[in-house]
Amino acid sequence: MPPTAASSPQHAQDQLTAPVQAPARAQTPAQALWRLREYMRPYYLMLFLMITAAILAVSSEIAIPLITKSVIDSVVVKGIRAELLPLSLAAIALGAIQAGLNFFRRWSISSAVVGVEKTIRDDLYHHLQRLEPAFHDSWQSGQLLSRAINDLSTIRRFAGFGVVFFITNIWTFLLIVALLIRMNWWLGLITGLVFLPVLVLCLRFEKRYRVLSRLAQDQQGDLATYVEEAAAGIRVLKSLGRRDEAAARHFAQAKLVYRTQVNKARLRGKFWAGLDMVPNAVIGLLLLLGTLAVSRHELSLGGLVAFVTLTLLLVWPIEAMGFIIATGQEAATAAQRIYEIFDTAPEIVGSAAAGDGAGHDRPGLSAGRWRSSRTAAIHRNSRPASQPDSPNAPASSGPPARPSRTAPAATTRGAGWLTFDQVTYRYPGAPSPVLRGVSLELSPGETVALVGATGSGKTTLLQLVPRLADVTSGRITLDGTDVRDLPLPELRRRVACAFEDPILFSASVRENVAFGVQHATEDAIRAALDAAQADFVADLPWGLDTRIGEQGMALSGGQRQRVALARAILARPQVLLLDDPLSALDVHTEARVTAALADVLTTSTALVVAHRPSTVLLADRVALLADGVVAAVGRHSELLATQPRYRHLMSAGDLGNPGDDGRAAPGLRTGASR
Amino acid sequence: MSAPPAEAWRGVAAEQQEDEITGKLGTLLRRRSRRLLTDLLGPYRRLVLAIFLLIVAAQLAALAGPWLVGVGIDQIPQLTRTRNAGPMALIIIAFAVSVLVQAAATRSYIAGIGRLGGRVVLELRRRLFAHFQRLPIAFHESYTSGRVISRQVSDIDSISDMFDESLASLVSAVLSLLLVGGGMLLLDWHLALVVMAGFPPLIWLSIWFRRESAIAYRQTRTRIAQVIVQFVETFGGIRAVQSFRRESRNEDIFGELNQANADANLRSQRLLAVYFPGVTLVGNLAIGAVLLYGGLRVIDHQMQVGVLVTFLLYLQRFFEPLIDLSQFYSAFQSAAAALEKISGVLDETPSVPEPELPTSLPEAGGPAARGRQVRFDHVRFGYRDSTVLPDLNLTIPAGQTIALVGATGAGKTTIARLLARIYDPLQGSVLLDGVDVRQLADRSLRHEVVLITQENFLFSGSIADNIELGMPGASRSEIIAAAAAIGADAFISALPDGYDAQVGKSGGRLSAGQRQLISFARAFLAAPAVLVLDEATSLLDIPSERLVQDALRTILTGRTAMIIAHRLSTVAIADRVLVLDHGRIIEDGSPEQLLSAAGEYSSLHASWQESLA
Repeated sequence: MPPTAASSPQHAQDQLTAPVQAPARAQTPAQALWRLREYMRPYYLMLFLMITAAILAVSSEIAIPLITKSVIDSVVVKGIRAELLPLSLAAIALGAIQAGLNFFRRWSISSAVVGVEKTIRDDLYHHLQRLEPAFHDSWQSGQLLSRAINDLSTIRRFAGFGVVFFITNIWTFLLIVALLIRMNWWLGLITGLVFLPVLVLCLRFEKRYRVLSRLAQDQQGDLATYVEEAAAGIRVLKSLGRRDEAAARHFAQAKLVYRTQVNKARLRGKFWAGLDMVPNAVIGLLLLLGTLAVSRHELSLGGLVAFVTLTLLLVWPIEAMGFIIATGQEAATAAQRIYEIFDTAPEIVGSAAAGDGAGHDRPGLSAGRWRSSRTAAIHRNSRPASQPDSPNAPASSGPPARPSRTAPAATTRGAGWLTFDQVTYRYPGAPSPVLRGVSLELSPGETVALVGATGSGKTTLLQLVPRLADVTSGRITLDGTDVRDLPLPELRRRVACAFEDPILFSASVRENVAFGVQHATEDAIRAALDAAQADFVADLPWGLDTRIGEQGMALSGGQRQRVALARAILARPQVLLLDDPLSALDVHTEARVTAALADVLTTSTALVVAHRPSTVLLADRVALLADGVVAAVGRHSELLATQPRYRHLMSAGDLGNPGDDGRAAPGLRTGASR
Repeated sequence: MSAPPAEAWRGVAAEQQEDEITGKLGTLLRRRSRRLLTDLLGPYRRLVLAIFLLIVAAQLAALAGPWLVGVGIDQIPQLTRTRNAGPMALIIIAFAVSVLVQAAATRSYIAGIGRLGGRVVLELRRRLFAHFQRLPIAFHESYTSGRVISRQVSDIDSISDMFDESLASLVSAVLSLLLVGGGMLLLDWHLALVVMAGFPPLIWLSIWFRRESAIAYRQTRTRIAQVIVQFVETFGGIRAVQSFRRESRNEDIFGELNQANADANLRSQRLLAVYFPGVTLVGNLAIGAVLLYGGLRVIDHQMQVGVLVTFLLYLQRFFEPLIDLSQFYSAFQSAAAALEKISGVLDETPSVPEPELPTSLPEAGGPAARGRQVRFDHVRFGYRDSTVLPDLNLTIPAGQTIALVGATGAGKTTIARLLARIYDPLQGSVLLDGVDVRQLADRSLRHEVVLITQENFLFSGSIADNIELGMPGASRSEIIAAAAAIGADAFISALPDGYDAQVGKSGGRLSAGQRQLISFARAFLAAPAVLVLDEATSLLDIPSERLVQDALRTILTGRTAMIIAHRLSTVAIADRVLVLDHGRIIEDGSPEQLLSAAGEYSSLHASWQESLA
């Protein structure tokens, strides 16, 4: 398998998964590795002691063959019996010292490397939690994980093993070759030189093996992906009877994995054989040349034995060197990948943080300005009336639709007065904005339904309120303050959301409901679940303690939505954002939840994305989102009567009747939606 | 009153118990695993034998090296005296041969094990995947997709890993201990016994290490898995995390999990910190003892100096195989546990078995009338102790579209599932054109009956690939025609890449309605005689539902169809409505008839009409 062909899918993948954000500072892998020393700093003393211990340990290991030499030369050959006991005892003592030092080195380094790994991972998690959702969207799911797990393990291995042995192995090599040269200069020199090609062989093997391993990993990843899909889509495959096709596709991919595995084994076999052969060949050479040296009295018999044993001691450090260098390169790349994340600064930060607002073009807000911008919003609300595609826009979409209780600002401040003022939003990399100047005002306690075709930007609009993304231009104010001027924790305490695709975590029901409220009482949790009609929780095997989510009980879509709804209710926010929260419920449950929600909604300002007339009925007013603007605002019946587009979206009455204009549905033409 | 205690957040789940059980029985290969292994290795008996012989050859050659060095050293004094280089040359040639044999044998056996392992794993993957595909939906519902995946991914991986790295080391470690030990005994059994004295402490140390490291290994595995889950879920749900200000609580939880993982890692590294130097210590002590006792024996002329050298060379690596053995034991153990779990799955027999001698259906009535008659004949069905359908009799003439209406639990979905043969009835039979569905081959049944639910899973690949699944090998124009018939062509063509747009993982950027339309197109392309729609349109928004209903009118022409829907708008396209109550049909007639009959259906319809206002 040529390495170029093998590595190209990896490159392609890297390009695909490259984050949108460029790292703040380009740096080479080596620089990144060097930066990691900030994490090693607490362990500098320990590292120094460890390396010292390691050097002493290999030195005592090397000393043992020298004792063997003395035993053979003076005791065995010359017959000096008295020296045998002290020399043997010295060998035993050195052996014990070596083992003791090795124990010390391993024992003490373990806490250091484990500590470093944990600290970096904690920091990474902390940092990632502060990066905006857009950042997470731009990364493929496994990429961040592989940085937090695999890259950190690579770094741990290098820190615990590579660094120490890089130093000690060089020391071992130099020391042994020096000793050999001292015993017999030309034989020592030859031995030392013969080992150099081994280093080259190891490095080349590591390189090729890494390419193959990566290819194997990619192929195994593809196979695993297909296995996952076949498991998740088993109903589709079975219902269409596509068993054989699926099996054939699976087998074809499994075969690729097989081929790479066999190639890997072949390469490994070649390498191992080579590794065995080289030192043995050196010993054979030593036997040949050593005999010559001994017979010319240039080397003692014990010296020859020591030569052979010392040469054997050289094998491992040289072999390991290839591995260590490879680990070092991997660790450097890993460090670079990790710093790439650390160097990405959060784009959405609360007002308290310094340096925020660099790219934002917005005026400071005073009460007076707030008032004038409100007027502007009202003005723009009436604009759709003049748009050609909705000539019959009702007067009710303008000021008369606003309940009069919103007027006195003094009483409503801090109560959840939410306004959208010319809000524009364009997805990073998208050619045109999805929202092009949305203006809408929600007075405290009011419930507004947001209706629009698929892809019209309803979900996007909702996400702008808790600043999961920031507006491209225009602004959103909460009780008169631009949401970007509020500290993030405060904003997100006052605003809560339930998403269309409910996000549950592998934790107890209790933890999932009290997700944002750490000190929720048992009663409050139960009340929230009751309000969301999540009575099924009582029937779960461990009630509130039952683990749900991926690693726990599987809940149906409707059940998941109700848990997520309870979470939003429990947060008791001033502003509640519900993104089609009842879409997966059957009609009966939906009716019960709707009734219960009506009570909850009286205390909060609510913006509810709705696809069904039944959900719309929760709302005081309905806003129709079309072409990136609020095209009309009014009551359900008014909009049904006056807005053809609204009728198209909401009127199910004509569903049973043949021959309607369904194919002209504009909603389905707009493709990529979030 | 207070935040839940940190360790309680995770909650309780059933899988925990299963994990504990499998953890305990991991050690021994049970009979069914052994049977599976024999079955898998059967075709490769010769390869297995060849590998074994190659390993023996490699080990013998490795054994010969130090011995030849010893013999050579004994030759030196003689060589110095007689100046006859002949014996020495022979020794060196023998040495060279042993080196080459060792290299060649090593190279071949490693590659051989790789091939053997690869073959076995490939076959295991094939069988497992096919078996999971064959097992009925009922099995998958209780087994969960997570376990289906871990059988095929992590369990297979641990078996593959064993073949990849460990098996070669394991076998050669055992052989090396035996052969080198035997060689030492042959050379000088007195000195050999001194060396062997190192075994009792080493074996004790190894057993201790193996036991402790097995526990530590399991602990690190579960702890890192917990770290991974927390990590993945946090960033998968980053919107919920940030909007509910979950960050600090998450940091506490993650910190705790990360610390626990670090502790587990520390523990396993410290085991190594004791074990490895322990082995070194025993090896070094043995070298000292050999020097002392061997030196004495050489002085006393009971032994030649070359033998002493051979012993010292052997000792350099003699005890190391013990390290391999104890390290790879855990790999072996997890592979055995994996094999046990896999063999358990392979022993599972489908509860909805395929007929041994399938019957074939008569030819359908041609393209204009693709439908077939469906008959439920005294069908009784229930789950465990509750009966859902006591005694259902229902005939749907070919080409008729019926709608099932009724409260949750009335048995609508059960009827759909019996027709699609996800379950078999306890009594009675489901017949297609008079043939029991149990008599049909799975492939032909699936060709005739297609069930669409609101679960609209799309596979990764392009939209065209996903539609093509309905009819493998369909041309692009057939695919486009299917999409157009269902009304999905407009939005697909509007996508940047059109039909080649890649569907992201679990549906990517398509809305639920768009995904459902694609799955409709898929089913339309499959062109079944009987179409069963179980709540298939309930996730669609109104414009999409309108599209689908229009399309259904076209698609259902000439086909037999069964529609289940809570929203009565869907029912309107049916020729006939059945109202179910506790598994019994209480109303049966055309929508118009039932509306005017002032029964259950008309009251349901009235309240639905009201909700539209």
